[in-house]
Amino acid sequence: MQILIRNARIIDPGHPDGPGDVLIVDGRIAAVEAAGTLAADGAERQVVEAQGLWLTPGLIDLHVHFREPGQEYKETILTGSQAAAAGGFTAVCTMPNTDPVNDDPAITALILRQAAAAGLVRVYPVAAISKGLKGEQLCEFGELKAAGAVAVSDDGRPVMNGQLMRRALEYASGFALRVISHCEDLHLAESGAMNEGAVATRMGLSGIPNAAESVMVMRDIALAALTGVSVHIAHVSAAESVAAIRRAKADGINVTAETAPHYFTLTEAAVEGYDTHAKMNPPLRSEADRQAIRQGLADGTLDAIATDHAPHAVSEKEVEFDRAANGIIGLETSLPLGLKLVAEGVLTIETLIERMAIAPARILGLEAGVRVGLPADVTLIDPNKEFTVRAAAMQSKSRNTPFDGWTLKGKAVMTIMDGRIVYRDQG
Amino acid sequence: MPFDKKDILDIASLSVEDIQLILDTAESMREISERPIKKVPALRGKTVVLFFYEPSTRTRLSFDLAAKRLSADSVAISADMSSLVKGETLLDTARNIEAMRPDVVVLRHAYSGAPQFLAGRLKASVINAGDGTHAHPSQALLDMLTVRRKKGTLQGLKIAIVGDIAHSRVARSNCVGFTKMGAQVVMAGPPTMIPKGIETLGATVAPSIEDAMSDADVIMMLRIQKERLKKFSMSTEREYARHFGLNRQRVALARQDVVIMHPGPINRGVEIAPDVADGPHSIILDQVTNGVAVRMALLYLVLGGGRHADTD
Repeated sequence: MQILIRNARIIDPGHPDGPGDVLIVDGRIAAVEAAGTLAADGAERQVVEAQGLWLTPGLIDLHVHFREPGQEYKETILTGSQAAAAGGFTAVCTMPNTDPVNDDPAITALILRQAAAAGLVRVYPVAAISKGLKGEQLCEFGELKAAGAVAVSDDGRPVMNGQLMRRALEYASGFALRVISHCEDLHLAESGAMNEGAVATRMGLSGIPNAAESVMVMRDIALAALTGVSVHIAHVSAAESVAAIRRAKADGINVTAETAPHYFTLTEAAVEGYDTHAKMNPPLRSEADRQAIRQGLADGTLDAIATDHAPHAVSEKEVEFDRAANGIIGLETSLPLGLKLVAEGVLTIETLIERMAIAPARILGLEAGVRVGLPADVTLIDPNKEFTVRAAAMQSKSRNTPFDGWTLKGKAVMTIMDGRIVYRDQG
Repeated sequence: MPFDKKDILDIASLSVEDIQLILDTAESMREISERPIKKVPALRGKTVVLFFYEPSTRTRLSFDLAAKRLSADSVAISADMSSLVKGETLLDTARNIEAMRPDVVVLRHAYSGAPQFLAGRLKASVINAGDGTHAHPSQALLDMLTVRRKKGTLQGLKIAIVGDIAHSRVARSNCVGFTKMGAQVVMAGPPTMIPKGIETLGATVAPSIEDAMSDADVIMMLRIQKERLKKFSMSTEREYARHFGLNRQRVALARQDVVIMHPGPINRGVEIAPDVADGPHSIILDQVTNGVAVRMALLYLVLGGGRHADTD
């Protein structure tokens, strides 16, 4: 099986940007040449004319919830993979808060089996730090790693116990597993439903202060310094967290961080009218926080954009705001919202691809790029394609997006994973 | 001036003219409760469902009497007998209520925004009888009526609202309402009970409760809930009474003709000293009386006030 992509603009951060032809043979990139030099010889060579399109390394999402096993009514590994491929992603990291929790090698193996059966994107399971996400006992990191886990996290719940977090960092380093931290002080967050501030006060919703996140970011930075082990901070939402991470990096502490498209796109104002599609944890913050997130992405304080794709059924969102489930789906809107940052001059296209593909790969200890010998995981983007987001038409099994009805410009039109076309835009 | 609101969800969505009309209508409703036969046929044949997801005696009784004095048929459902206990969602409950064709649903709910949720899904009018810590519009309207009757106007008055602002829907709705009507609202309480950004509702936050009360025309005390101890919002009730409670010395800081209000039920000896609650400045029971009149006005107005009673 060979695919020849002709005349695309190749955007591979750190490497020359320009038009070129790319030949894919048996799941690997076999040739990258100047535009118009590779010929479509032989019937087995499928040719993709990509004039006007951008060819980038396949996007990688460090943070998704695919809900399988246990909550297949929200999403399955198959439907999640379909959503990922449609969003231009070739790999995702699935969080362990499934039911049962991915705290056992058998669950990790099940996830990988289902992912292989779906065969659309690479699924990298993130296993739990503690048994049942309860914060009481370390999971078997060695066994989980052997079963295929790439990282550990208690995502969805914070590791409140500082000693457990310290030991998790140390223990994980012995197995070369990344530790991903959901930073939230549960006592400070209490039963909050949205960002603390004037909007919450007006609406009578209990607020979650920025400090509920930033104090834990600061703790984890201190623990990374103490142990010498790197920590990855999930879904950063607050300006104080960005500042703390920036300072830590300047001090040479080994910390990486991600934010999500909703934090650089929306603010707490989206909650007005008790819109449960604007309810997530951490919550949408103020405009000052949104600007800090954008600045953090621009200067590299925030390494990666991850979606925190969190599917929920309609019945879990069409309820009183306080009772509504946290989170939104994000795989099919992440790249277009990232391209909006490029259009607004916040990021260059190279930086966006760095944040959505190169850095996530680096954090996972992988290499991503459009270069000879690398796995053929690539995304073709039409930067000029205008489209209207239609929740009802999404690949994800769930519909919980605050971006329904938005008109966005630029999207993935073809996703190639392991040398196979796993998504082709039909519009 | 026509009243065109289908629902009464909060004070913020009412105009100055709406509020004036409600208060004027309530004023004329007051007289009905003083008659030997306390009933007029204005809402005969209308059905009012009182949906109380949260315990309440006073507000429920007040709405119930208001409906009955206007000859509407009222039926009350409380939290313990409702299907919420059986796990039915508010959406399904709404659909079931709708199927029984009520004209008005009066909703008390522990979660902010629940009345908006229901209003968007019901043809019937929804009147918010208190939702979470968001709004309690009928309480604010009865408070405004009570003050207007005592002071003749709301314009230019200094209203001190004191206590647990953070957890008070009454404080929020009164702040929006009195400010809208030209009064100046000053809030005070322990810093743990002053929520961030409250000044965006139009209030100023006083540095001390003495500052708030000084030269006040109206002092409104809020109920202190014992559960707040567990949330670290306060220390003991004893200390609260000494530092933040209303006593005679503090009343003396206010204007001589100050009126003392409380949405009830009161904790005697905690946020308000018994002699103040029962003293000459207290208009706490006038509030209760006016509550029925205001709720009669709300039911009457959302049902068209006889003007377009047959529409919808």
